Amino acid sequence: MNTTFANNTYIDKSRNDTIAAAATAMSTAGIGIIRVSGPDAVRICADLYVNAKGKHDLQSHAANTITFGYIEDRDGNRIDEVMISVFFAPRSYTTEDTVEINSHGGTYLLERILDLVLQGGARLAEPGEFTKRAFLGGRIDLSRAEAVMDLIASQNEFARKTALAQLGGSVSEKVRELRSEILYEMAFIESAIDDPDSYASDLGGYSEKLDSICENLLSRMDTLLEIGEKGAVLKEGIRTAIIGRPNAGKSSLLNYLSGTDRAIVTEIAGTTRDTLEESVRVRGVQLRLTDTAGIRDTDDRVEKIGISRAKEAIEQSELVLYLIDTSEGITPEDRSIAAILQQWKNDLPSVRKCIILLNKSDLPPVTDSDEVRNFFTEADKILSCSLRTGEGAQELGMTIEKMYHMGELSHQSEAMLTNARHREAVREAYESLSLVRQSIRMGMSEDFYAIDLMNAYASLGRITGEAVEDDLVEEIFSRFCMGK
Amino acid sequence: MNYFIDTDICVIGAGHAGCEAALASSRLGYRTVLFTMNVDSIAMMPCNPHIGGSSKGHLVREIDALGGEMGKNIDKTFIQSKMLNISKGPAVHSLRTQADKAEYSKAMRKILENQENLTIRQVEVTDILTQYDLEKIQRKNFSDNSSACNSSACNSSVCNSSAGNNSAGNGSSCNSSEDNNSANENSSDDKHVDHKSLTDSKDEQASENHEEKMRVAGVRIHTGTVYTCKAAIICTGTYLNARCLVGESITETGPGGMQRSTWLKQSMDHLGIPLRRFKTGTPARMDGRTLDYSKMKIQPGDPVVVPFSYSTDPADVQIEQVPCWLTYTNEETHDIIRQNLDRSPIYAGIIEGTGPRYCPSIEDKVVKFSEKSRHHVFIEPEGRFTNEVYVDGMSSSMPDDVQQRMYRTVPGLENCVIVKNAYAIEYDCINANQLKLSLETKAVDGLFCAGQFNGSSGYEEAAAQGLIAGINAVNMIRGREPLILERSEAYIGVLIDDLVTKDNREPYRMMTSRAEYRLLLRQDNADLRLRKYGYEEGLITQEQYDYVCYKEKMIEEETRRLKKVKIGAAASNQEILRSLGSSELKTACSLAELICRPELSYEKIAALDPDRPALSPDITEQVEINIRYEGYIDRQKKQVQQFEKLEHRKIPAWIDYDDVGSLRNEARQKLKAFLPSSIGQASRISGVTPADITVLLIYLEKNRGKKQYQ
Repeated sequence: MNTTFANNTYIDKSRNDTIAAAATAMSTAGIGIIRVSGPDAVRICADLYVNAKGKHDLQSHAANTITFGYIEDRDGNRIDEVMISVFFAPRSYTTEDTVEINSHGGTYLLERILDLVLQGGARLAEPGEFTKRAFLGGRIDLSRAEAVMDLIASQNEFARKTALAQLGGSVSEKVRELRSEILYEMAFIESAIDDPDSYASDLGGYSEKLDSICENLLSRMDTLLEIGEKGAVLKEGIRTAIIGRPNAGKSSLLNYLSGTDRAIVTEIAGTTRDTLEESVRVRGVQLRLTDTAGIRDTDDRVEKIGISRAKEAIEQSELVLYLIDTSEGITPEDRSIAAILQQWKNDLPSVRKCIILLNKSDLPPVTDSDEVRNFFTEADKILSCSLRTGEGAQELGMTIEKMYHMGELSHQSEAMLTNARHREAVREAYESLSLVRQSIRMGMSEDFYAIDLMNAYASLGRITGEAVEDDLVEEIFSRFCMGK
Repeated sequence: MNYFIDTDICVIGAGHAGCEAALASSRLGYRTVLFTMNVDSIAMMPCNPHIGGSSKGHLVREIDALGGEMGKNIDKTFIQSKMLNISKGPAVHSLRTQADKAEYSKAMRKILENQENLTIRQVEVTDILTQYDLEKIQRKNFSDNSSACNSSACNSSVCNSSAGNNSAGNGSSCNSSEDNNSANENSSDDKHVDHKSLTDSKDEQASENHEEKMRVAGVRIHTGTVYTCKAAIICTGTYLNARCLVGESITETGPGGMQRSTWLKQSMDHLGIPLRRFKTGTPARMDGRTLDYSKMKIQPGDPVVVPFSYSTDPADVQIEQVPCWLTYTNEETHDIIRQNLDRSPIYAGIIEGTGPRYCPSIEDKVVKFSEKSRHHVFIEPEGRFTNEVYVDGMSSSMPDDVQQRMYRTVPGLENCVIVKNAYAIEYDCINANQLKLSLETKAVDGLFCAGQFNGSSGYEEAAAQGLIAGINAVNMIRGREPLILERSEAYIGVLIDDLVTKDNREPYRMMTSRAEYRLLLRQDNADLRLRKYGYEEGLITQEQYDYVCYKEKMIEEETRRLKKVKIGAAASNQEILRSLGSSELKTACSLAELICRPELSYEKIAALDPDRPALSPDITEQVEINIRYEGYIDRQKKQVQQFEKLEHRKIPAWIDYDDVGSLRNEARQKLKAFLPSSIGQASRISGVTPADITVLLIYLEKNRGKKQYQ
């Protein structure tokens, strides 16, 4: 069957807002592109862009040219030097006015520029939305998307799970708390209005109370947004878990990984999740190391990794580095972990990788790689090394690098995307709650608060997945890489 | 032998749903027969004496805007009127009146009796007949006595329709006539003419593989006479298999001691439509002369009464009103209830039906809100010419002796004399999940249901459903799309969608909180929202519709003008502002901005706006609301747009949920049972998650075009 979109009557053609997103993966790549499309694309970017002489002259650029200049924030601080291109409708990919900002890569810079564009009035593109607009504009047809749709259908449940997992437990927890507190106030107001006679809760003094509740909610959202920005740097990289029994050499491995490159980006405990994260670069590949048990503590106290802890760390990772002390052999704990790894791999074999490190090759072994392979059937690589002597350790770095370049390991750029979408949603909720406070100040009656409380509630629901996705076309394209 | 009478639509039950249904269909030009157990119970108000109230007042206004009767009828018969929630925003203002119950009923009866195309018939309906049932009866009549066709009435209906049925028919009815007649006893002791021929083949109808779907072909009444028709509307309210309970005293009657109906249960079984049992209750009526009003707080009506109906002249409703009275229960009342809980049919487990949480009995209140030391009791007159008063807030199913003692603990009621006991009533109704949004059953074409039979509670809820069912029965016959109001358009839309889509386990009461977009669904703009539908359906006249169009235009123009016209900081203007207690202008500002000031209004700034056009108050009210709440209205409109996206994504009839991979089992079963008409409706079914909706969306998109030609 060849579906064409000549008769796509269900598409909402009234949509004419301006969208923006990073067209390249949010990564440490050398260059990154922000694409802005829609009627206000040029105006929004013109406010941010100055040419080499410091003039806002984007509006006068000729179509299909590329020009050097700078991106400045509202206060005139230069964010980055960029190359900028302007395409006018209908001669662009999306058939709308489009601006592409080529900046220096790096998640942080891309995020900053994207943020400025969004603040200028663009909306963050849904995944695949540029492609959607391209076909709405008649540039492509959907027959191409048929195959993709099958994939989506089969992966739907999983995609949802991963999206939630990416969120990180504590963020979604915090959002849920905010939501349930908003819901409580909504219910209170409703019940008072519904039954003006017999069970009317006394609304006297309620406005003041709600005002302070909103103030509290807003400050918590502020914190979430702030952390979101600081934490952005941490969010990039391949999520990697180092797992192993005590004394298997986890801390040595960490030290080794940190030492191979002086570029430890940052280290913040318990920012968005209550765990320690560390971002390191191994032969140019960014790894985000996670250890829920507290990697730094292993030297100081006798610590036993519970199986459940290990499981948690594994499930949130794309890469697991599993350490086995060959001088001790395979223990019952190892067997349990092997089962967990198998399950984890089976869920999504193409993007989940496991490297087993047979450590302490300098000591007499009680097990070897053949025996290990029998237990860890899912292992992608089994390497032998001695982290103490450094022997074989370099091979690990090379293996990771090779896997990365072969495409076996990839940055989950979606994690970044999710983050930016969530920030947008929190911002919307923030605005709605601010409107509630404004209503209170204006002396509006309680039933007016409900409208904006409901909006805040709905915005936050988009983060936790408790609101239904409403646009089919968006849904179809949601698994396309963002910005393409 | 059966006698046959041909008509278009049969309405079963003449309560608030049945009245609206019958009026709508007959006014639209279709011959309608309205069946009632007793013509004296037409439009009876067996429970509270109110029409309207929080969110219910909205329903009455909407009924009126669509061309229904309830608003007009209460405007003629109310004895007190009050706009509720006036300290709050316009979205939750709601009109509530006290009715003179007898007058209300009489006035409605008068309207019905004089309605063209409408016949009232006092008799119990025993069967809903499908085309197969009718064919069988006709066949039997022929074989019994072929000379029966001498009568002209019989000739015209039996012979004609039988011929029609034969041409479209099949062999199945021949088979069924040979089915053995197993005993199937009716719970009623009534003698009934020839009922067996249908109900004995109870399982046959559902299981037999009829070639065409069951559709309504007639109804049969207790005398055996058959009314052939194209649509039937069931509005049995609380009458079907009703039981009234006053403690240990249980009577098999309908509300207010009226005779109950029983036969329709078997007919429903026969059609494969399961029933369930709900419960509701009502407080005692007392002799008003025995109460001491000096111990209560007076509750007067509003000084200026606003009518319910858009057709009523406001001058006609400025009548002398009757007050209500407020008193309270106390710990002594509660103690008596607690000590006798084991004698309450509900707590003793005698009542099997589920009661409404939103209209709790005094027993429920005492048990569930034990921290409250008192509850409101409103004493409300039942009419001008009766001494009976209604004891609002103290419905109960306690035995008489407990009732006597408990009511007498309430200040002012120490010497009360009970005329009618409080009682609980149990009755058969359906789960409205078996209906489409048009209120037609999914199982039988042409069979509509409305009112309390659908599991709702309240006169207004019933009337609203009756009106829609009446309109849609007509639409079915005239081959038009059903009238389905959306949640974003009307409380009626919310009401029907909730009933049909959600999992309701107790009688459903309308509440403002059930409407998501209530700032747009105000009681003051029901005409602007719904007149056009009433007009399209044919219940609203050209003149009425023209006025709404004019009103809409004037609202728009005046709103625009007020935003455009600016006034400057001239001394005379400042003087006026000062006198109105408002702050002076620093720069020029629009009239609209002034109206937005809390201390000012459209009316108050008249002196600053000498050139304003002369507009009627209903127009300036809308203008003022539009200006004052513009931001909120805009935001709510955005919410509606969002909502409508899913609502307008229809689920095609060809969908086979078994073919949709990766749906969770629970969702699959729910979707198969409900057969939702849109993605929006599907998303509101309990047990269907957002992930399921996504799967469904993708499936539909994948199969676009593929299936529709199958």
